Amino acid sequence: MDLRYTPEEQKFRRELASWLASEVPSYGTPPSVHDWPARRAYDTGWQKKLFDAGYAGINWPKEYGGRDATLIEQLIYFEEIAKANAPYVGCNFVGVLHGGPTIMAEGTPDQKAKHIRNIISGAEVWCQGFSEPVAGSDLAGLQTKAVRDGDHYVVNGHKIWTTFAQIADYCELLVRTDPTAPKHKGISWLIMPMNLPGIDIRPLPTLEGEGEFSEVFLENVRIPVENLVGKENDGWRVTNVTLRFERGTAFASEMINLQAFVRGLVKLAQKITSHGATAWEDKALRRELGHLSGELESLWAMVKLSVCEAKASGVPGVGASAVKLYYSELYQKITELGLRLLGRAGLSRSDVAGLPAQHLLNRHLNSLSISIAAGTSQIQKNIIGERILGQAKDPAPAKA
Amino acid sequence: MDFQPTEDQKALRDGIRSFCEGQVPNERYPELEKSKGFDRALWSELAEMGIFSLRLPESEGGVGLGYADSVLVFEELGRRLVPGPLVWSQLAAGLVKGAADGTAVVGGLDQIGGGDGPCMVEHLESLDVLLVLRDDGVYQIAPRTLQGELVEFPLDPLTPVHHVKSLPKGEKIADAARAKRLRLEGAALVAGQQLGLAEGALDLANEYAKGREQFGRTIGSFQAVKHMLAEMFVRQEAARAGAYNAGATLDAPEVADVERAVSAAKITAGEAAIRNGRSCIQVHGGMGFTWEVLAHYYFKRAWVLENLFGTQDEHAEKIADLLTVQVQA
Repeated sequence: MDLRYTPEEQKFRRELASWLASEVPSYGTPPSVHDWPARRAYDTGWQKKLFDAGYAGINWPKEYGGRDATLIEQLIYFEEIAKANAPYVGCNFVGVLHGGPTIMAEGTPDQKAKHIRNIISGAEVWCQGFSEPVAGSDLAGLQTKAVRDGDHYVVNGHKIWTTFAQIADYCELLVRTDPTAPKHKGISWLIMPMNLPGIDIRPLPTLEGEGEFSEVFLENVRIPVENLVGKENDGWRVTNVTLRFERGTAFASEMINLQAFVRGLVKLAQKITSHGATAWEDKALRRELGHLSGELESLWAMVKLSVCEAKASGVPGVGASAVKLYYSELYQKITELGLRLLGRAGLSRSDVAGLPAQHLLNRHLNSLSISIAAGTSQIQKNIIGERILGQAKDPAPAKA
Repeated sequence: MDFQPTEDQKALRDGIRSFCEGQVPNERYPELEKSKGFDRALWSELAEMGIFSLRLPESEGGVGLGYADSVLVFEELGRRLVPGPLVWSQLAAGLVKGAADGTAVVGGLDQIGGGDGPCMVEHLESLDVLLVLRDDGVYQIAPRTLQGELVEFPLDPLTPVHHVKSLPKGEKIADAARAKRLRLEGAALVAGQQLGLAEGALDLANEYAKGREQFGRTIGSFQAVKHMLAEMFVRQEAARAGAYNAGATLDAPEVADVERAVSAAKITAGEAAIRNGRSCIQVHGGMGFTWEVLAHYYFKRAWVLENLFGTQDEHAEKIADLLTVQVQA
């Protein structure tokens, strides 16, 4: 159990930190969340900068333009990105983390030639068409239908939670191509150009009052058969291939941000006074924040442990669900302290009386999505209970 | 960086695990209870395994291993609920003659920030030496000079305690820095034990939930129970990362803040031990409330360890103090 970084790892960190120190301040601040074209330009512009400097596709193989960094270097990467307050991966998320890696693994030579370089260099933006109103946690129950018509699939259905649909060029789309097969066996993975006729995008405002979500309605959308990735009806396996790319570093940057958030709460507590004393003199608050900060330290150690296990075994550590559960709960508890410190100032979502209400409220409201997105906490607990602890599955309800 | 246990460390852990399983099987608990949690023959065996001399340099007759190795060893001792002043005796190796080879059983009291008034002393009747950590140094006291009364009903059946009216001064054997250091090391080792308790409690509950049937199904197939077990697993993994992090940071203090790492470990492992103990009782239902099921031993030992080398609250305040310094910088 050695926490010391190798000379190569230290060199990687130094070089990245110095590059970030020179590039981040001059890149400017993010545009308004309502200005979609500007957001796309900001996110993809940063992706291009990363690409030119050799820091894009940190986990992608070199032959596809990636860095092919070790898992430890990836951890360092996310740590330094967060410390430098560099732009978030933003609208490049789906392409760089899911779409690109899937095409690398399962795509045809033509598909690779057309998309890989564009994704990693920020020229192409992707969105994800997986979830449906009737298929959330039970994703394999999806019903969007694709029927073969000559050299096209004709697609009809309704997707939801589609992030950045407004500005995406392509969508990784899961469709049902065999309605008679068992649910996991009749799914296919298609590349859908977002400019095709029949695609209707309707924004779905989140409880934050804005956000990147849309519903996507598909009516007789004709997608060329050459856009099929992998074999027809093999889409479920194709989808799960990308999971291999994600080996425990998913929330690394956010965790480092959370450490900075805690320090921000301490500073705020030192400023807020009531009954002649600062909030930071309140022993109960100090204990609670100290406790949560200690948990955050252990969470970061959990990430290191799971990354090192994944590096050694080549497969995701069994603890990935545990990391996500612990992180979600901690994130919500820590950001809740922000609201408690604000008190009645937190009735406003804009800054009032010199207090950062906007930031604190946004962080806490956003935290409520963490225990839902990418597998709800309840699904994660089923995974742990069944796959790790070996408990029996819930029996299916008896047919009426 | 490679934070995983090395092959040597895994072998060490496996060796201690099978030793503990052989020496302290479930059937032995009633007998250990009668002997008030102490058995000199077992103590000699533990010494023979190198548990007390583990961190002592080979030149001084020790095993010459580090803190992370020790955390793994204490994890296994915790998992099997091995009783006795284990952590104190390892801390005393090299400081008190006979501690390393088990000929002297060393217990202790952490009085840093406290006085010499009434206090609770564990395993007093079995001790050859009592160490006391005070603000100004480490003291050694002959246990027989203590005026104390054996508590009739100790919380943990395997941890007898005396209520001692006042502490004699004793003989100073090391300075204030050493006292502070022993407290830090002690907290990390106890975190290892607490991790082991959390694991033992989960194993017990998990096996029970696989075998126990109600409404025609194993109770573990019900999400209400399954999710309780999953939460125990998450606490266990946080405790593992926290305790290993404390050990590895003590071994390589240049990488991070040792005090923060140790306090974090004592918090996460303490919480995991107590709450997994409680959940273990709950998963067992009515049987969990009986003396014969081991669940209550885990829960009770967890509370004994909570009160060693700083509680969760004390360590939380410590981290808050460290944060104060950090934001000023």
